[in-house]
Amino acid sequence: MKPFRAFVNKEFCHIFRDKRTMLILLAMPVIQILLFGFALSNEVKDAQIAVFDPSKDVFTRAVKDRFQASEYFTLTEELENVHMINDVFKYGKTNLVLVFSDRFADNLFSVGHAEIQLIADGSDPNYASMLTNYAAGIIGGYQQELMEKYGSPCRIVPQIKMLYNPQGKSAYFFVPGVMGLILMLICAMMTSIAIVREKETGSMEILLASPVKPLHIIMAKTVPYFTLSILNLITILLLSVFVLKVPVAGSLFWLFVVSLIFILTALALGLLISTLVNTQLAAMLSSGMVLMLPTILLSGMIFNIESMPAILQWLSTLIPARWYIIAVKKLMIQGVAVQYVLKETAILCAMAALLLGVSLGKFKTRLK
Amino acid sequence: MLRFLIEKEFKQLFKNSFLPKLILILPLMVMLVFPWAVNQEIKNVELSVIDHDCSTASKQLIRKIVSSDYFILSNVSANNDQALGSIESGQSDIIIEIEPDFERNLVNRGSAEVMITANAVNGTKANLGTSYLTSILNDFALSWSSQHRGCTVATGNPPVLQLIPQYKFNPHLDYKVYMIPALMVLLLSLLCGFLPALNIVSEKEAGTIEQINVSPVRKETFVLAKLIPYWTVGFVVLLISIGLSAWLYKLFPVGSVFTILLFSSVFVLGVSGLGLIISNYSNTLQQAMFVMFFFILILIFLSGLFTPVSSMPLWAQTLAGINPLKYFMQVMRLIFLQGSKLGQMLPQGGALCLFAIVLNVWAVLSYRKSS
Repeated sequence: MKPFRAFVNKEFCHIFRDKRTMLILLAMPVIQILLFGFALSNEVKDAQIAVFDPSKDVFTRAVKDRFQASEYFTLTEELENVHMINDVFKYGKTNLVLVFSDRFADNLFSVGHAEIQLIADGSDPNYASMLTNYAAGIIGGYQQELMEKYGSPCRIVPQIKMLYNPQGKSAYFFVPGVMGLILMLICAMMTSIAIVREKETGSMEILLASPVKPLHIIMAKTVPYFTLSILNLITILLLSVFVLKVPVAGSLFWLFVVSLIFILTALALGLLISTLVNTQLAAMLSSGMVLMLPTILLSGMIFNIESMPAILQWLSTLIPARWYIIAVKKLMIQGVAVQYVLKETAILCAMAALLLGVSLGKFKTRLK
Repeated sequence: MLRFLIEKEFKQLFKNSFLPKLILILPLMVMLVFPWAVNQEIKNVELSVIDHDCSTASKQLIRKIVSSDYFILSNVSANNDQALGSIESGQSDIIIEIEPDFERNLVNRGSAEVMITANAVNGTKANLGTSYLTSILNDFALSWSSQHRGCTVATGNPPVLQLIPQYKFNPHLDYKVYMIPALMVLLLSLLCGFLPALNIVSEKEAGTIEQINVSPVRKETFVLAKLIPYWTVGFVVLLISIGLSAWLYKLFPVGSVFTILLFSSVFVLGVSGLGLIISNYSNTLQQAMFVMFFFILILIFLSGLFTPVSSMPLWAQTLAGINPLKYFMQVMRLIFLQGSKLGQMLPQGGALCLFAIVLNVWAVLSYRKSS
């Protein structure tokens, strides 16, 4: 045990010696979680709408007033003619154009219906469909009012209840994802360089010639980074709860346990990269840049996994962050009991064990 | 002098066992896999249904909901606890509870209630899901009343507002069209940002920087020799990805390819400059990597690539104003989707030029030949 402890000591010295890196390691997650926690959002607010209203009657004004009153929209422009509709998208900041049909009120009563065109800038499909949905909701509300006034057929009244996140805060959705991303990448980047640096600087030869077992070398490399990661985890959680106001609704203890398993998985992945590549450059680029892409795109952090094609859904099961993010959402925001995250925890454990096992197996005890 | 230095950089680049592979494989991976993943469409919302009524009307309603594209029936629960359990375990996203006297209320009173309970952790999904459901309920109510005239409380047809949604520039709301230009921006920023960031610092670690420092090479020449290879890499990567997107996704820019190349050459100079600055200030590869990673992640997330800039709080929008990625992203999407001309994108072009100049002057100044 004594050589092992000495070895861990050596690794700590490596880290503490480089004050700048340590500062970066500890401060980076703080800034990132704050920045992304506040800034990442899918909410629609104050979208700018332009209106083309040739009839200008009581009904079109009522619809416009409802749009003006809504928090989603601000009416910015009244268009004079139809041709301006195209230009308004190209030059203005308009997101949606409402086009009322000619003789709106007359049609409404003589024909029984009148048309409202909703023309959205479809470049961003998500935003466009959200806008038209909200607009349809506002017009639907006015339709209900008309129905009550002018004799109504039967109605179904929906009673809507939003669970866990009644105010619809984006932070509730994005914070678990950002936690997964930051922990995964920082942990993998830290360890990926650990073994490869010894190879590059030549000190690996000394390590291999020493009586320390390969298992101990690998474990000693993980211990200091594990400690640092726990510090990071604590600051991230504190910031989420006290600054971003994302509550820990479930058990803090289990949230911690799952996070530790996830950190271990990420460290193990870093170690594996470290044993596979030969240069620090390759290690850093694979753990920082190459790993970043699937962790952002396939983990469900931003994009819904259920909407992906089957192959990618399958591929996403290989991403550790996917399982962690699901578990954090359940434990932290939904506040469910731990038996609901057994599957995610088991998968993370299996991944950690597998990665550690493979990197131990790949660890070469002979120099080329 | 410059020519020899550039030759050296290219030799070093190709001699490396990892970098040439990375430069070819990363665009392939990004263009083949990710356009399918970056899709914020809400479909396959899983429903848990509690039907306390079990009447013809309630069954018709459920059938109507399930037959829409958006919803999948995940389970039929007997009571609220069971349905809540299915939300907690992640099997379903939304619970619909139909009241016991649904049909009778519909016939006698002309109005009935449906409880919709959504898991709002994913706010977008919950909002869109409930609003789809509400519009299905409205449709159902209308068609029910036309079939069963008896339930109409008052007579006469109420006026109907008809909605015709229409989408400009991307009529089928295809996500790939919107995201592929953005993925190209991502790719360029990663490769042309990270590689220069690690370049000068690896010369420091290897010790070869000493030789440059004692040589008569001027600082500007040195920085320029570092920039030009990444500039070339940027062009290669961009052409590969434009080619792939045309071949695989039949996506051709509406505007001109020349304008794309013009803007990207300025943009690449900017990010590479940022990378070189970081490389100059770092002592070890690890430091350079962490700092670059820190900045790149912020640049990506505050650029409007994944979430719209207009949804961000005001201070973040201001911060996004000093983000070159934001401008380049706008330019790429404008050219690819709307076919904007050079003259319409002068503000973005100006901003990108400014970034390129400031960052590279800084890169030259921050490189010190004596320690």
